[in-house]
Amino acid sequence: MNARKLEAPDVSRVANSKTASWYEASARQRVRLMLDAGSFQEFIGPEQREQSPHLRVFDLPTQFDDGIVVGRGRIAGTPIFVAAQEGRFMGGAFGEVHGAKLTGLLRAARDTKSVPVLILFDTGGVRLQEANAGELAIAEIMRALIEARMAGVKIVGLIGGRAGCYGGGGLIAGCCSALAVSEQGRISVSGPEVIETNRGVEEFDSRDRALVWRTMGGKHRRLLGGAEAFVDDTIQSFRNITLHLIGSVPGFGLDVLKAEQARLEERLQRFGDCADAMDIWRAKDIFDAEAVPIMSSSDFIDLANRDGDPRYDAR
Amino acid sequence: MTLDDILASLFPQGHDVRNYDGVLLGSGSLKNGGRAVVIGIADRTAVGVDEAIRLSRHVLNAMERGGTGPILVLVDSDSQRMSKRDELLGLNEFLAHLAKCLIYADMQGRQTVGLLYGHSAAGAFLATALATRVLVALLGAEPEVMDLPSMSKVTKLSIDVLKEKAKSTPVFAPGLDNLAQTGAVLSTWDEKTSLAEQLQTLLGSDQDGGDRRDRLGKTRRGRPKAADIAERVHDLALQSK
Amino acid sequence: METLSYRHKAQERAAGSKSLAIIGVVASGNLEVLVERLLPDTECQVDINTAAEGFGAVWEAVVADFVERRSPGGLKLSVNDGGARPDTVALRLAQAVRLIEEEDR
Repeated sequence: MNARKLEAPDVSRVANSKTASWYEASARQRVRLMLDAGSFQEFIGPEQREQSPHLRVFDLPTQFDDGIVVGRGRIAGTPIFVAAQEGRFMGGAFGEVHGAKLTGLLRAARDTKSVPVLILFDTGGVRLQEANAGELAIAEIMRALIEARMAGVKIVGLIGGRAGCYGGGGLIAGCCSALAVSEQGRISVSGPEVIETNRGVEEFDSRDRALVWRTMGGKHRRLLGGAEAFVDDTIQSFRNITLHLIGSVPGFGLDVLKAEQARLEERLQRFGDCADAMDIWRAKDIFDAEAVPIMSSSDFIDLANRDGDPRYDAR
Repeated sequence: MTLDDILASLFPQGHDVRNYDGVLLGSGSLKNGGRAVVIGIADRTAVGVDEAIRLSRHVLNAMERGGTGPILVLVDSDSQRMSKRDELLGLNEFLAHLAKCLIYADMQGRQTVGLLYGHSAAGAFLATALATRVLVALLGAEPEVMDLPSMSKVTKLSIDVLKEKAKSTPVFAPGLDNLAQTGAVLSTWDEKTSLAEQLQTLLGSDQDGGDRRDRLGKTRRGRPKAADIAERVHDLALQSK
Repeated sequence: METLSYRHKAQERAAGSKSLAIIGVVASGNLEVLVERLLPDTECQVDINTAAEGFGAVWEAVVADFVERRSPGGLKLSVNDGGARPDTVALRLAQAVRLIEEEDR
């Protein structure tokens, strides 16, 4: 036990209602509060003690569920499979067991065909102590995810946790049918520090929070088309958008891939020379672009919807 | 082997693969008369939005034209391009899109084969080599998920300590042996015999679809738990109501 | 890593009918507690895995105090510790018992 004076972990703000913060909630709390009461059944729960076999070598503690909760439940009566990453354990990173739980869930969705999947992302990417296993898990998840989509399964990604959606997590997100992101959410392949290390602080100052959020944060992703929906930081908002997205996305196939190719080519053509997100927002004729970062969620949602209806057929 | 050597050995009947600032695009004649689509990254080029979009376009063009030939992905890349611009423009979507195109093509019967002949890392590795049905390598290839200096910085353990730990497990350190043992790389090709013949054998033997990398990792003792955990979750989910 | 285990007699059985509960997260300054209703009514056990070695006496005292206050009869509590302070440990143990005693919604 650590006798040093440390900040007490957040114990008072236990999420107890749907208006509770998504960001503050644990993975288990998000699942419990999003799903219909009593509907959740967990697969390989913590009592199974399937922990990482690879952390002992680094004298690191393990978590009984290896940082991910997977199972089945219902939202407004609709059956769903759900996977929720715990962003505070090892940064929500993908390890061997963690990743395999999601792989198995997606393969089951592929074989079941009729049950949508929710992925509650909260990850820094590959867990470096198990880097090869983590990377392979991500590759297998991507394969299983596309197999499921080819079988007609809708797969919705929700992003708004402490760890964001980084690295390989960002690639998995890009494979989903649709994404919802909150202001706290970030989506990126390389993290801010890594960009700074590689390109210098002049290009990217990782301690400039406003810059990080303009570049990778939820609002920019929504305006860029990197996410279909922007939501308020509440369990209720994520729950509502989930139902909306499941009902909005079409099936997957060559047409979707071609539409995505066109969408991404157009993005490069329009914004490929922009130096900053602000330039992209201005190029999109966003009214009062400077105010975007400080805008309230509801004002921003209105603004984003005025900018244009999101496409659901090009991811 | 240089890239030209590799292409000549893969396609003795000819190919039209060209190198566009590190982006490889083209096709090659197969021994059995068919034609393989070829994409790839050369010269240890980083994979950013500009590279990924060209590669995915080439795959989609091939799907549009029809045909049944395989798609080869030749890889000697850096990691993903780590720049403000690439992330600003949504690099995760570009890399995911490329992987999706490859996975889709494979599911439509266009066998995707990755050939790692140089380096690759992290996000670039995921979008190219690891998005194929089967991945082989040439001796001397250097796949890497995370480099030891970066790991050292984050873990605050010296590189020597990390190398020592890596002796007891293949699960984190870079290198072909580790990526083979964990199930990513199926086999290492022999440079002294025809790559075309080895490709032919590979294409002929691997008819069964489905991702078996986790089972391979279990057999080779590189990933003792992944296959079983995935199977258990799968079975529990199928039984659930 | 250090593994510790304490077995105690408890005054009475923990209330409720749930067989299992979990609370907390393994992170710096935090811990998770998995609680299972597995033991005879007047017994309890606390098993701990911790990366912070050499604090056996502190764990022993915290666990003994917890057993005295909460009487967690029948419960096995399993802890993965990320280096939490004693008061955080005490809180989580208490939260775990409260959770397993809760009626299912």
